[in-house]
Amino acid sequence: MSTGAAAPPLARPARAEPPAWVEAVGVRAGSIVAAFAVGAVFLAATGHDPAHAYREMAVGAFGSSFAVEQTLVKAIPLALAGLGVALAFTMGLWNVGAEGQLAVGALAASWLALSAGGLPAAVVLPGLTLLGALGGAAWALVPAALRAYAGVNEIISTLMLNYVALLWVDYLVFGAWADPTAFSFPYSRRFPEAAHLPRLYGDVHAGALAALVAAAGLALLLGRTRWGYEIRTIGASQAAARYAGIPVRRRILLVMATSGALAGLAGAGEVSGVIHRIQQGLSPGYGFTAIIVAWVAQLRPWAVVLVAVLFAALLNGGFVLQTAGVPAAIAYMLQAMILTFVLAGEYLLRRLRRRRAVAAARALAPP
Amino acid sequence: MRPPLVELRGIVKAFPGVVANAGVDLTIAPGEVLALLGENGAGKSTLMQVLAGLYRPDAGTILIDGAPADLRSPGDAIARGIGMVHQHFRLVESFTVTENVLLGQGERRFLLRPAADHARVARIAGAHGLTVEPRAVVRQLSVGERQRVEILKMLYRDARVLVLDEPTAVLTPQEVAPLFAAIRRIAGQGRAVVFISHKLDEVLAIADRIVVLRAGRVAGEAQPAETTPRALARLMVGHDVDRPPRPVAAPGAIVLELRGVDATGEGGRRALHAVSLAVRAGEIVGVAGVAGNGQRELAEVVAGLRPPEAGEICLDGVGIGHLDSRARWRLGIAYVPEDRLAEGLIAPFPLAENAVLRDYARPPVGRGPLFDRAAARARAAAIVERFQVRAPHVDTPVRHLSGGNQQRLLVGRETWRRPRVLVAMHPTRGLDVDATASVHRLLLSLRAEGVAVLLLSESLDELFALADRIAVLHRGRVAGERPTAAATREEIGLLMAGAVP
Repeated sequence: MSTGAAAPPLARPARAEPPAWVEAVGVRAGSIVAAFAVGAVFLAATGHDPAHAYREMAVGAFGSSFAVEQTLVKAIPLALAGLGVALAFTMGLWNVGAEGQLAVGALAASWLALSAGGLPAAVVLPGLTLLGALGGAAWALVPAALRAYAGVNEIISTLMLNYVALLWVDYLVFGAWADPTAFSFPYSRRFPEAAHLPRLYGDVHAGALAALVAAAGLALLLGRTRWGYEIRTIGASQAAARYAGIPVRRRILLVMATSGALAGLAGAGEVSGVIHRIQQGLSPGYGFTAIIVAWVAQLRPWAVVLVAVLFAALLNGGFVLQTAGVPAAIAYMLQAMILTFVLAGEYLLRRLRRRRAVAAARALAPP
Repeated sequence: MRPPLVELRGIVKAFPGVVANAGVDLTIAPGEVLALLGENGAGKSTLMQVLAGLYRPDAGTILIDGAPADLRSPGDAIARGIGMVHQHFRLVESFTVTENVLLGQGERRFLLRPAADHARVARIAGAHGLTVEPRAVVRQLSVGERQRVEILKMLYRDARVLVLDEPTAVLTPQEVAPLFAAIRRIAGQGRAVVFISHKLDEVLAIADRIVVLRAGRVAGEAQPAETTPRALARLMVGHDVDRPPRPVAAPGAIVLELRGVDATGEGGRRALHAVSLAVRAGEIVGVAGVAGNGQRELAEVVAGLRPPEAGEICLDGVGIGHLDSRARWRLGIAYVPEDRLAEGLIAPFPLAENAVLRDYARPPVGRGPLFDRAAARARAAAIVERFQVRAPHVDTPVRHLSGGNQQRLLVGRETWRRPRVLVAMHPTRGLDVDATASVHRLLLSLRAEGVAVLLLSESLDELFALADRIAVLHRGRVAGERPTAAATREEIGLLMAGAVP
């Protein structure tokens, strides 16, 4: 067997089965449907009509051009931060600090926006984008360096630094950057027009482009570059990475910085593209939801973008439900349900693939 | 004849890439020592793990005392009187012997009564001739003592069938005799002992009955008094395995040389002491030793994965001790590590990406910053063809391949660019007879091509068949070195045990 041609298919499965991609798509779609089905049970049990609630949610998320805009606007930070944490997770680094990195990115971008009076948009916008990315990267490099050179567990350090970053935002918006005309409301002055990100479609700002470019870039990085191969190798087996001579410490710094930069971009996009100022509570936990987004997407860059839109739709749909007397928390419950079912679905998929592999190996076994 | 304690009927168990048991029938009678003999990969351990509740069979039934038993966990098995001692011990190192024995007993008491427990454990140990101090902490015990604790755990649970998986593999020759005495005593009480081994002399010495497994089936059964090592060997391998012809050595210049190398092992303990060793071109130098005497550290220090603390490592007379593993690979040092699936290969990655783990940074795979997937697939396909790797596809994850095919891929990758030096650690561990033979042929053909081979193995058969010289590691030192032609197994065995012959 397998001596002749070097052409890749060396053997065929013993019996006809649906092709592998049907399984992959079917299991994942089924997971999400199942999550909504269980959600329906909860809705019914609490005295709400599930069909009605889901219809309202769909209308709230996609029912008008305004709804679509709001959904996409929320998807932007989820996608950017989700891509960032997905990259770190691919290497086996548990960066749960996207929320803080997002905040520091927002702070860095806001500093330029607030102090750049009179500068043209052509200078301010690239500048605050860059600063947002650098801010997030710098914040992520602290736990990265601790992990690479002192073996400090990055789960703890990235998590704790979230609170430090959020408190920095509070400190500034209550103090030095507080809007003098706002009677001590916790927000800054409004940014000058030159610091407003251009809009692409309704309220959807240029951050959407950044998210798409980031997804394309990440897909390319992971699948088609040496760094991507190294990052995936480190994630799969540190021992194999050492064996291959991959500079693991340098890659930790690179990956965490990139991961933080993406979250930082999300923060810059929020302040300059959506709220046009920096304020307390500028993110309703995008950096944490991004972790769920990354896992539901199974760390695949384009899937992160799709899942970000789905989760943004759930958030928006949830807000609408609230006006109909259904708790908005249903949106978070559905997010959690989707995560649970998708992870269970991936387990099922692994079992199916394993069975396939056993069958293929048996077909290859010598008589 | 008394009715059997256990009867296995038509047991089938398959794993991805390998059918470990293909319909095995076996009976176990009270009071007997049953030896389960077979090559690595014959299915002995799997069969017993099915009996011990670790695996559920794909087909077949287990009868205990004549009644069908559905064993869903090791707990189920021990509750039915079946206890297994694994090759890798499952003890809590920071606990005492007594605590380990009692662990998981489901004692209903909230408060422990250490004094009474120690006494009870000591009594059971004494009754079976297992010398071990109940109050000792497991971390301080030798391998032989730990094994006794494992056996004690099973006896405390009143195991009627005690399965020992290659119990002598980890022991020095001196520790074997007391183990055998304990086995006899345990069997003398009407319990059955299943002794898994691939060593003929041991099986002949201890067993009442010998069942030979080959390729997942029962190949035959024998009484020790009525058989010979030769007949058993034939049953084990199915045919007279052709010893690969080993042409007379014509070693060239020294390629790899270690002078006075010290190295630290895991946990900071000194693992190598002033090791000096030389391997010439076209020579296989075997390294023998009981597991854990510095073999891993020696292999890693040569491969560039462990920095030497002192001494010199030279390739063609030039010091390379300061270079990392990638730099050494580029100079021609290839390495087949012990743990092929966790270190040498990346289990979830496809063949293609595993085939280029060493060369991804250079053309044709690494082009500038890019990783050329087509080139990786082509390299994998070429290795698959040249080294006869049986795989469904170059995009199949390597964890789905059988051990033999994983190893052919790994060895193929390491020797693709004909290295100057090949370090191979346990290259045939867990492989079936054919895969083992193919790895052996490959090592000999590398030798013929002038590669310097450092072969670390726990199989004396392998070392005697392949090596031109055998060095013995004991406690991190080279205890002795002999030309294979002039060495005897007894002599090597004594060196391994730390005795000076």
